[in-house]
Amino acid sequence: MEFWFSEEHTPNVKFSIRVDRQLYSGKSEFQRIDVFDSYEFGRFLVLDGYMMLTEKDEFIYHEMITHVPMAVHPKVQNVLVIGAGDGGVIRELVQYPEIQRIDMVEIDALVVEVCKKYLPQTACRFDDSRVHIHYEDGLKFVRTRENEYDLIIVDSTDPFGPGEGLFTKEFYGNCCKALREDGILINQHESPYYPEDAMACQRAHKNIVESFPISKVYQAHIPTYPSGHWLFGFASKKYHPLRNLDETRWNLRGLNCRYYTTTLHKGAFYIPAYVEELLKNVE
Amino acid sequence: MLSQERAPIYEALKEFEKKRVVPFDVPGHKRGRGNPELAALLGERCVRMDVNSMKPLDNLCHPVSVIRDAEELAAQAFGAAHAFLMVGGTTSAVQAMILSAAKRGDKIILPRNVHRSVMGAMVLCGAVPVYVDPACDERLGIPLGMRLDDVKAAVKEHPDAKAVLVNNPTYYGICSDICSIVQLAHENGMLCLADEAHGTHFYFGEGLPVPAMAAGADLAAVSMHKSGGSLTQSSLLLAGPRMSEGHVRQIINLTQTTSGSYLLLSSLDISRRNLALRGRESFKKVLGMARYARGEINAVGGYDAFSRELINGDSVFDFDETKLSVHTLDIGLAGIEVYDLLRDEYDIQIEFGDLGNILAYLSIGDRALDLERLVGALAEIKRRYAKDRAKAGLMVQEYIEPRVAVSPQEAFYADKEMLPLEKTEGRICSEFVMCYPPGIPILAPGEEITRDILDYIVYAKAKGCSMTGPEDPDILRLNVLRM
Repeated sequence: MEFWFSEEHTPNVKFSIRVDRQLYSGKSEFQRIDVFDSYEFGRFLVLDGYMMLTEKDEFIYHEMITHVPMAVHPKVQNVLVIGAGDGGVIRELVQYPEIQRIDMVEIDALVVEVCKKYLPQTACRFDDSRVHIHYEDGLKFVRTRENEYDLIIVDSTDPFGPGEGLFTKEFYGNCCKALREDGILINQHESPYYPEDAMACQRAHKNIVESFPISKVYQAHIPTYPSGHWLFGFASKKYHPLRNLDETRWNLRGLNCRYYTTTLHKGAFYIPAYVEELLKNVE
Repeated sequence: MLSQERAPIYEALKEFEKKRVVPFDVPGHKRGRGNPELAALLGERCVRMDVNSMKPLDNLCHPVSVIRDAEELAAQAFGAAHAFLMVGGTTSAVQAMILSAAKRGDKIILPRNVHRSVMGAMVLCGAVPVYVDPACDERLGIPLGMRLDDVKAAVKEHPDAKAVLVNNPTYYGICSDICSIVQLAHENGMLCLADEAHGTHFYFGEGLPVPAMAAGADLAAVSMHKSGGSLTQSSLLLAGPRMSEGHVRQIINLTQTTSGSYLLLSSLDISRRNLALRGRESFKKVLGMARYARGEINAVGGYDAFSRELINGDSVFDFDETKLSVHTLDIGLAGIEVYDLLRDEYDIQIEFGDLGNILAYLSIGDRALDLERLVGALAEIKRRYAKDRAKAGLMVQEYIEPRVAVSPQEAFYADKEMLPLEKTEGRICSEFVMCYPPGIPILAPGEEITRDILDYIVYAKAKGCSMTGPEDPDILRLNVLRM
């Protein structure tokens, strides 16, 4: 018997993982949720047919979306996390003792519930007393906040379906307003490779550039995401991701990472020529 | 027995598709094969459904089977004695309504802020308009409904008028007291006609204004393609029990195509079924979304998403809450500026923006997450673009009672000459002059140009109002009837 999970990365390219068994399948108000066990990637979460994370390679994504801004900003106290129902970003954030409060805004309560049950590897620190979960639309939540956060992390799904609003100009503008004057916005920025993803990537960059004076992009290699080449956005009103990087301070923390290093931090902002061009076209 | 679960035209099309009939009739694209690019754009399914009238599919000009059944179901669903499926837009429904009620020289009482299709119909049939002043809200700069006393006065002054026409509601969602107007019209031997281009959902809502058929009106033009969900250009004409179905059908056939589109007809049929079965539930949701969005927009501050507080028992007898209209002048931006910013900066297209307001059209296809985008974008527009500019008071248009010298038809076809504005006093105008806001005509074809009107045009131009209508866009000259 062969049992495969397949996701179309384009209409002509398919990515498949051999599945051992399906652990969960359900439908929330917003999306279909599935959890599988696989031989190669361990347990993995699927939303509306799109692979969100696997136990084997999720560390790359979660370390890169969290530690890059934490190594730049000198004193992060209040953090807003949008999306992130799998808990991976929270797990990374709670390692920083100076963080006083983490507001997590996830539109879909069922995702959190399912992850708590089936993905304890990421959904393991929701019980930290600094974490406050709000089940509502991220765009709506951020609209009402002003000058409140040092760091906003947008850990969204793709720009179609429930995550659509989190790639818009009004959202980034509202984030800008919700950040303190030295705040940083990090977002998952899609892949630059396949044309349709590249367009979403370009549009998001255009919208961020229009809202923030400093707007850079950095990369990571994530085996299970389309093309394996993934981008993150770093936007800020004050800090430059390389010039304001404080390597010594971060390294003295002694955090145990498997992907992120402060050396890689510097390299991650050096992106391929075609990606540079893609982004420059909308700057 | 026909029930609202049925959709006779849709069912007949499905049956017809199965038979794989070989087409040696029109349309010549022959199920799309002759026009592959069009088939690729619209989809094979869609072009296969673009067929001609034939026995199994009935004929719109003289319906005897499935179209007749669909019309009967529509009449039931809307509480009308008869319903006519229309494929020439609500403009064709309005024209059929006017042409059914009046002939050359007959008078029709109507508010000054009628849709252009009403004036077009008057040019076609030669009826003579008797205008009622739509009151105007000074702060918002929008035209309201007709006051009952003004309609009474018009009826008293013109007892020979054949009909009274009511906007139910206006573009902004404002309703006149249509029940009392129907009663008044009937007591005086007149018909009551309703332009319900923006009121389809009234028939399927709770907490919405009264629909024309329930108010006892005799004819109503209903834009199914606006809030009803059918394809653009499909519409309904509803008739009450006083109207002769055969006569109205004859009038419709004067100008209606003999090749009625089955795409439009089936969309009307399916939409009617959907509204009848699920309309109440759907519009309850729409109403909920509109109320939510209003609250959120008002919480942003500076914006005024106005609503039922406008109701005054007369010129605003009722208000359609699904029309999400927002007054923007208090953040220092004109409605049209906010309208442009939403489209150009935020990829959000709304229905319109005028000098003081914007209007977002909510309907059965809207999603909560899109509303969040609209509210989020409005909050951003305020943060980024709000100007601290003294609120330039909107110019209030004083109502100058028009003097109708000849019918719009006579004016339209008469010999004309173009004269400098100052030389036109006492002459008969052959074109429209409109002033925004509030978009009420100052002059309509066939009206005498008076000193008051000329002074007003000069004043409005100096105030920076946008003036439209005449052939000369600068309005230095006007077309008048040759003496």
